[in-house]
Amino acid sequence: MAAKESQILRATKNNLESIQREAQSLKIDELNFIARRKLRRKIKRQKRLSRSLGGDIALFTVLFAFGLFSAYPLVFTISNAFKPLDEIFIFPPKLFPRSFTFDNFIDLFNLIGNSRIPVSRFLFNTVFITLLGTVGHVIIASLCAYPLAKHRFPGRRLISALIIYSLMFSSHVTGIPNYMIISWLGLIDTPFAIIIPAIGYTLGLFLMKQFMETIPNELLEAAKIDGAGEYTIFWKIVMPLVKPAWLTLIILLFQSLWGADGGSYIFTDALKPLSFALSQVVAGGVARTGAASAVSVVMLIVPITVFMISQSRIIDTMAHSGLK
Amino acid sequence: MEATNQNLNTNKKRKRALFWKQVKANRTVYSMMAPYLLIFFVFTVIPVFISFMLSFTSYDMLQIPRFIGLDNYINLFLNDEVFITSLRNTFILALFTGPISYLLAFFFAWLINELPSRLRWVMTLIFYAPSISGNAYLLWSLIFSGDMYGYANAILINLGFINEPILWLQNTKYILPILIIVQLWLSLGVSFLAFIGGLQNTNKELNEAGAIDGIQNRWQELWYITLPQMKPQLLFGAVMQITASLGIASVSIALAGLPSVEYAGHTIVTHLIDYGSNKMELGYASSIATILFFIMIGANLIVQKILRRVGS
Repeated sequence: MAAKESQILRATKNNLESIQREAQSLKIDELNFIARRKLRRKIKRQKRLSRSLGGDIALFTVLFAFGLFSAYPLVFTISNAFKPLDEIFIFPPKLFPRSFTFDNFIDLFNLIGNSRIPVSRFLFNTVFITLLGTVGHVIIASLCAYPLAKHRFPGRRLISALIIYSLMFSSHVTGIPNYMIISWLGLIDTPFAIIIPAIGYTLGLFLMKQFMETIPNELLEAAKIDGAGEYTIFWKIVMPLVKPAWLTLIILLFQSLWGADGGSYIFTDALKPLSFALSQVVAGGVARTGAASAVSVVMLIVPITVFMISQSRIIDTMAHSGLK
Repeated sequence: MEATNQNLNTNKKRKRALFWKQVKANRTVYSMMAPYLLIFFVFTVIPVFISFMLSFTSYDMLQIPRFIGLDNYINLFLNDEVFITSLRNTFILALFTGPISYLLAFFFAWLINELPSRLRWVMTLIFYAPSISGNAYLLWSLIFSGDMYGYANAILINLGFINEPILWLQNTKYILPILIIVQLWLSLGVSFLAFIGGLQNTNKELNEAGAIDGIQNRWQELWYITLPQMKPQLLFGAVMQITASLGIASVSIALAGLPSVEYAGHTIVTHLIDYGSNKMELGYASSIATILFFIMIGANLIVQKILRRVGS
């Protein structure tokens, strides 16, 4: 009896050890996968072949000239925001302010502050919409992307095809029916009229699916053998591995939701996002040019900061965006 | 005869049984996809069909849609000169901004990819920033402002090219070229990043092998070694640029107004917005949307076909 018990005990112990070993090797696999990705990102540039000096000079001159063309309006917008009004209209226009001032921002604050609704309310609305929409999109689109990337099941090819087709037309096509559907669902005049359609953003799902296809199947199979369910695999293995893609989805959604002004969906002023309040200031005409530049700075600074922080991860994701 | 029929039947049955077995086996998978697919169908797939059906009706949101057959389409092409103008403008804008922005995005990505990593970071940011900078394109309305305070006018007057300010955004001659410039400035978006990503992942060993095999300059390397590896990203980038260039609207409305002078900046989408939001003729607007849908899908499929053939 005792012998048998100890036998079982030994067997379990053996089992446990082999599982632990497997888990360890799995962990190493996973680390390897991440490390390889990091290495690829950091890889030192090798000697450049087939390049002539003359060509280098000509091409990079072109590149930097267009770079100036690209940067100039933005730099100007930002510097205008710190100029007093008379300096904005000075000729020739100066790139940098002579007398640096925060007046435009103070003006802007007062202009919005004069309405019945405090600025903080508009800001809260925008943050609420952006946060809920972005988090919802990352989770819900990833949940859908994982099976599409890694499972075979009836309907997979149809869904994948529909998603690629939907990349081929812009949201203008569906604008009218969307309005009708949103009003049937009783979502008009609630932030969800903006949040829920944003969660269904197809480009995000597509990029996530493409990125998930690069995860080695062995990692998933090993977890399955250990008895992990699909949801566990998704949360514990897949999601941590696709962090670069999260950031990409976050910036894409951020960019569209941060600038959303509620349009025809939200009527109640107290529910309007910040962008609406800001656009009212811009509509005030030439006298508000200073405040309007401050508005542009407020609107552009957030998405650009997010992009600056996450650039390399985003490009990592985009590398796998290709259509086959 | 009967026997084969029976055989076919049992075969069909077996197939159907297998199908349901697979569906059942994948229950968890379907439950994972359900929330997204619900939203996707409700807000993307079904609306395409609703829009298609509405395009055969007269509908103003207050009364029940009334079936009028092809009247909307007939009116669009035969009685609506503004629509024809908008079609023309859309095609002009798309033909300029689409291919040029696509080529520029690739060209810049290709050059940026050769820079040291710090500089690469900066240049990527500079080129990508306009497309995510919200309404910063409004600065262009300051540049092309019609009075002498507009930067373009001020510079031209000072240099002696013109004597009095040009009303850039009220002059039908200048509206489209200005929209093209601003749209190009905005257009280095997702596809640009996709190209950079793709270029970073190309196999560098192939470049060395190529150099040994007689590649002499960067253009040969680009054509024979880099481009073939980039095909998937190139196809994806084309979709992004085509869809964007056929959907130009907000820049036109912000700079030239809605309606613009003599509809010089009117596009299919601004026409759609005009009827959908301002005039509330939703049936008519839906027929515009349906035409836009087919133009976008058609352009994409044709370009995909051409691009796939290149280099194969």
